[in-house]
Amino acid sequence: MSTEARKPPLQIALKIRRLLGGKAGWNGVAVQLAFAAVLGWIAYEIISNARANLENQHIAAGFGFLKNNAGFDVNQTLISYTGSDTFLRVFVVGLLNTLVVSVVGIVFATVIGFIVALCRLSPNWLVSRVGEIYVELIRNLPLLFQILFWYLAVLAALPNPRQSISLFGIAFVSNRGLVIPQPIGLAGLEPFLAALAFGIVAALALRIYARRALFQRGQMIRIWPFVLGLVIGLPLVTMLVFGLPFTVELPQLKGFNFAGGSRVIPEFVALTLALSTYTAAFIAEIVRAGIQSVHKGQMEAGASLGLSRGTALRLIVVPQAMRVIVPPLTNQYLNLTKNSSLAVAIGYPDLVSVWAGTSLSQTGQAIEIITMTMGVYLLISLITSGVMSIYGWRLNRSLGA
Amino acid sequence: MKRVTLALSLALAAGLSAQAADAQTLKTVKDRGMLSCGVSQGLPGFSSPDDKGNWTGLDVDVCRALAAAIFNDPTKVKFVPTSAKDRFTALQSGEIDLLSRNTTWTISRDTSLGANFTGVTYYDGQGFMVKKSLKVNSALELNSASVCVQTGTTTEQNLADYFKANNMKYEVIAFGTNDETVKAYEAGRCDVFTTDQSGLYANRLKLANPNDHMVLPEIISKEPLGPMVRHGDDQWFDLVKWTLYAMITAEELGITSKNVDEKAKMENPEMKRVLGTDGNFGEQLGVTKDWVVRIVKAVGNYGEMFDRNVGAGSPLAINRGLNNLWNKGGLQYAPPIR
Repeated sequence: MSTEARKPPLQIALKIRRLLGGKAGWNGVAVQLAFAAVLGWIAYEIISNARANLENQHIAAGFGFLKNNAGFDVNQTLISYTGSDTFLRVFVVGLLNTLVVSVVGIVFATVIGFIVALCRLSPNWLVSRVGEIYVELIRNLPLLFQILFWYLAVLAALPNPRQSISLFGIAFVSNRGLVIPQPIGLAGLEPFLAALAFGIVAALALRIYARRALFQRGQMIRIWPFVLGLVIGLPLVTMLVFGLPFTVELPQLKGFNFAGGSRVIPEFVALTLALSTYTAAFIAEIVRAGIQSVHKGQMEAGASLGLSRGTALRLIVVPQAMRVIVPPLTNQYLNLTKNSSLAVAIGYPDLVSVWAGTSLSQTGQAIEIITMTMGVYLLISLITSGVMSIYGWRLNRSLGA
Repeated sequence: MKRVTLALSLALAAGLSAQAADAQTLKTVKDRGMLSCGVSQGLPGFSSPDDKGNWTGLDVDVCRALAAAIFNDPTKVKFVPTSAKDRFTALQSGEIDLLSRNTTWTISRDTSLGANFTGVTYYDGQGFMVKKSLKVNSALELNSASVCVQTGTTTEQNLADYFKANNMKYEVIAFGTNDETVKAYEAGRCDVFTTDQSGLYANRLKLANPNDHMVLPEIISKEPLGPMVRHGDDQWFDLVKWTLYAMITAEELGITSKNVDEKAKMENPEMKRVLGTDGNFGEQLGVTKDWVVRIVKAVGNYGEMFDRNVGAGSPLAINRGLNNLWNKGGLQYAPPIR
């Protein structure tokens, strides 16, 4: 008697059954598919109904307006933009303005947050109280109020352009913002940049080599003279060969305002200040919690090895604390990005201001524009949290957890 | 936040209701017992609340006149403050019955927003205000200036056109509301504040020292301001349109809030038609025969309304200019009531 082995079901079919059906098996899969179909049908109904009704009411619909001329100007553009560009370009301009304020804000918030957290944990009574006061004051006041405070306080304190504060005659501060000299590339720019890039890459490679030599063979290699030569010496040599890489255009007062030079508008300064100091207060608490979650024996072990407090923190405590810190830190980064939409209150041209504000009322196409705006914020947030997840995953792996 | 809510409600209204275009605005208003009127967030002379929360102004009176025609009671209006950006969404989504908010009539707004302009309540044009200390006498001297403007307005686009056409550079700082714009101008963030000229005079009153500021002589655009209603309800469109015409006609015929009762008794055939003792034009509009009497008693004729809110009898003291009657050198002209 021979029993013929039953042919096993396809691997992929089993996977689908486990994924969708769970314990319910194929019945579960059927229910899931039916549910998805109903959802899809409802979505289709809503969209087609909206279309028909907008058509009935003669409200313009569709994304054709993206190709139309915007016809208004924006005062901070990272890419070239004039009033005769399209609405699509306005969208990109607003998006870039949102991204730049978010990225700069995140960097500052992280730095300030770590410093304040270390202050709070400091054994020095005065320093730790200062940290505590910072946290309690900043995180308990509404953000919009803080943005307005920075904007109006900064503006009120600054003079008009004709009486602007001169910083060594090259940079000027006034209520139009900070004007700084602008570098203008010359013929020597490209070789200079190439030499600089090569120098940095070579220096990094050298460092990796030196560390490997230290860990594997216990051999100390002094690399700093080579690094100095590569990063500074090499570009200097190219400058001698190819001439100056760039010249500097100094800002000059002309009529109402400064001509030449590049300018940081006060709206950007106020928004970045407010967002980063506000978020820093929360980050400080997260970092403090993370550091305190590391057993104090770790610190004592470091001390018994002869490490200073700072070195022990940097090499032993912070790497372990990061595991606890990263997930809530991600939340704060997402909050900062989304809070940047409060920019509209002080006239900073972010996505919500120029796109979901000005463009919306110029075209009247609320559904399309709000959908695009929400989609963009969702995308930015998902990318941020994706990057942070990868970072957290690498961190866990390196700690062997 | 409000904008998002409005857009979502519009999306829901458009997406879920089988026939969103209700051709029943007048019936809805009568059933509700209240007119819902979209106005500005505070522009003296046009629509602003006083210290007791009562709304006054030219745009406000247009709504009061309409409420008088429908309910014989000018107080049955709920005023909904809207920002320049949110106003059209508020109208489209049905939150308000009409938008009476110093809104410029343009072809794109008339054709793509699903709304119609019912007439012109105020002929305006865009101007510039600067500090006197800048010693500027003409808008053509504004090269490289910083300009504060309210976002989502025709003003913003005219500004771009004007500086481009005259080959001048400028920096624009756009704010969400009128008050934020004025505050930034006063704080010195910009050299120039621009909006419709009537708005410049109105906002100048809000500044700490109005006399330190001057309005430049140039008018760079045509800004016919008027009320808006939704597409697809011709009866409502007619009523709003003829409410304004009734006030203009009353001024033409010398009917004022004080003498309207005596005029109604006169044997003049035109007077009888207008004031409803002859014919039934009011009923054809969906209100009562004596609709003009109700309107004029409540808010007066167009001239009275103008003087009280923005003209000689108000702090703004703006000349009638283009807003005078057609037979007195202005543009205000009403088709005949017959």
